Amino acid sequence: MARAATTRRKVITTAAAWAIGLLIFFPIYWTILTSFKTEAQAINDPPLFFNFDWTLENYAVVQERSDYMRFLWNSVILAGGSTLIGILVAIPAAWSMAFVPSKRTKDILLWMLSTKMLPAVGVLYPISLLFVQFNLLDTRGGLIVVLMLINLPIIVWMLYTYFKEIPVDILEAARMDGASLREEILYVLTPMAIPGIASTILLNFILAWNEAFWTLNLTAANAGPLTAFIASYSSPEGLFFAKLSAASTMAIAPILILGWFSQKQLVRGLTFGAVK
Amino acid sequence: MATKHSRSAARLMMAPAVVLLLGWMLVPLIMTLYFSFKKYLPLRGDSLERGLDWVGFENYARFLSSSSFWPSVQATLVIVGGVLVITVILGIFLAMLLDQPMWGQGIVRILVIAPFFVMPTVSALVWKNMFMDPVNGLLAHLWRFFGAEPIVWLSDASVQSIILIVSWQWLPFATLILLTAIQSLDSEQLEAAEMDGANPVARFMYIILPHLGRAITIVILIQTIFLLSIFAEIFVTTGGSFGTRTLTYLIFQRVIDSQNIGLGSAGGVYAIILANIVAIFLMRIVGKNLDR
Repeated sequence: MARAATTRRKVITTAAAWAIGLLIFFPIYWTILTSFKTEAQAINDPPLFFNFDWTLENYAVVQERSDYMRFLWNSVILAGGSTLIGILVAIPAAWSMAFVPSKRTKDILLWMLSTKMLPAVGVLYPISLLFVQFNLLDTRGGLIVVLMLINLPIIVWMLYTYFKEIPVDILEAARMDGASLREEILYVLTPMAIPGIASTILLNFILAWNEAFWTLNLTAANAGPLTAFIASYSSPEGLFFAKLSAASTMAIAPILILGWFSQKQLVRGLTFGAVK
Repeated sequence: MATKHSRSAARLMMAPAVVLLLGWMLVPLIMTLYFSFKKYLPLRGDSLERGLDWVGFENYARFLSSSSFWPSVQATLVIVGGVLVITVILGIFLAMLLDQPMWGQGIVRILVIAPFFVMPTVSALVWKNMFMDPVNGLLAHLWRFFGAEPIVWLSDASVQSIILIVSWQWLPFATLILLTAIQSLDSEQLEAAEMDGANPVARFMYIILPHLGRAITIVILIQTIFLLSIFAEIFVTTGGSFGTRTLTYLIFQRVIDSQNIGLGSAGGVYAIILANIVAIFLMRIVGKNLDR
């Protein structure tokens, strides 16, 4: 290979890439590290990197003070519930658009995409009003519906691009063998579609977990997820860096781990299949 | 091929998604349009039950002529533009770097992508306190270490601070998409150019950059749509003061803080129109892709 990198070149790129990678990751690393310090150590100048007494106290304090577990549970319910309902609504739609396309399929897909681009703030009051009217304010149910609707276009799109890649011949073969529509979906399509569906679930779980407009505006103490939990730390209160770090670490840890599995799907999901 | 039966079945299967999204789009949109033509100040006794006064385009005119409108447009343009420039340029550079052979590529990728998964409220609060705090923040420590006076980031350099925070969140997205695009580049083309004596700058300008053109456009359009509506990052840092009140935040304040629903709704209609202008370009590209 003409462009096979020389060792020297590889050393330089490795060093540069690691340096930049660590710099970008540093705020997250620093947050995690600070969460194990005492408040005094957290603001020490010069900053302490390793030479401090590691403590778990902040985690206990945060749990006790703001009941982390309840917010975590709300996040799980909201992200999980909205993704699950979204998937159930989207699978039939994406299936029919991928396998029984009509002249209007493309228009419908693009129209769905356009609803995603509606700026949330433009409809903030109407949605709040509807929430008040139907007693949905600060309920998990109401928020699940909203989160499901804002992510539904992405779910349909992702599933559509995955379903498109399933060869049609195999469905026709099944049809020839007398498979009904139901059997076709259940025994032929589903097994082949499961990896795509799993990726879609993963990415949308992450997007719903991190959503911070509706969750901040439509919830209070009862249904608030972790985004609201963290926002409650926005007014400074004496020494609180270590506690803030512990709270932040707990809020992002679950999704950081999930996120690392979803790199590839991220590109496809967020560019609506335009970049693969 | 598709029979009449399967066509009607297909329509039935599409119905729930279409109906839900249609409702989600139309109901609030019509309500916003309705309120934008009404005088609606709940704190001054206006209520839906007693009926609202029709004021024509007054709210639209007042939203444009208010003293906070043009500064908010400027803040929006500077923040969105700044983040776009930083993320696209650094994104191209990082994507090219990550495309090179190296040790631990997978781990570096994970490090670079991580900020994207941090929820907006967390990244805003962590930056605001642990890095930008003028007394105890890490950047203040760094400034003092070099004998400089620490900067009061969120008031003296508020717009730059917001751009920094948001760029940190979105750089992974730009990098990841550009990296995906760069990996589809035919390496033989680069080798041929190299053999013909094209220097690295020429190879970048005439081969890599044109190849990335479409991906860059997509990054710009998608980020613009998301950046136009950034909210949490401003909500928990400056609360819209010190010149960081974007159009989105101005509308939010009109509706929630001053409870002027009519005025806020008119602003909302402007925001919707603005987002749609960007959206049209994005849809063209995505739509073209569907035909292939």
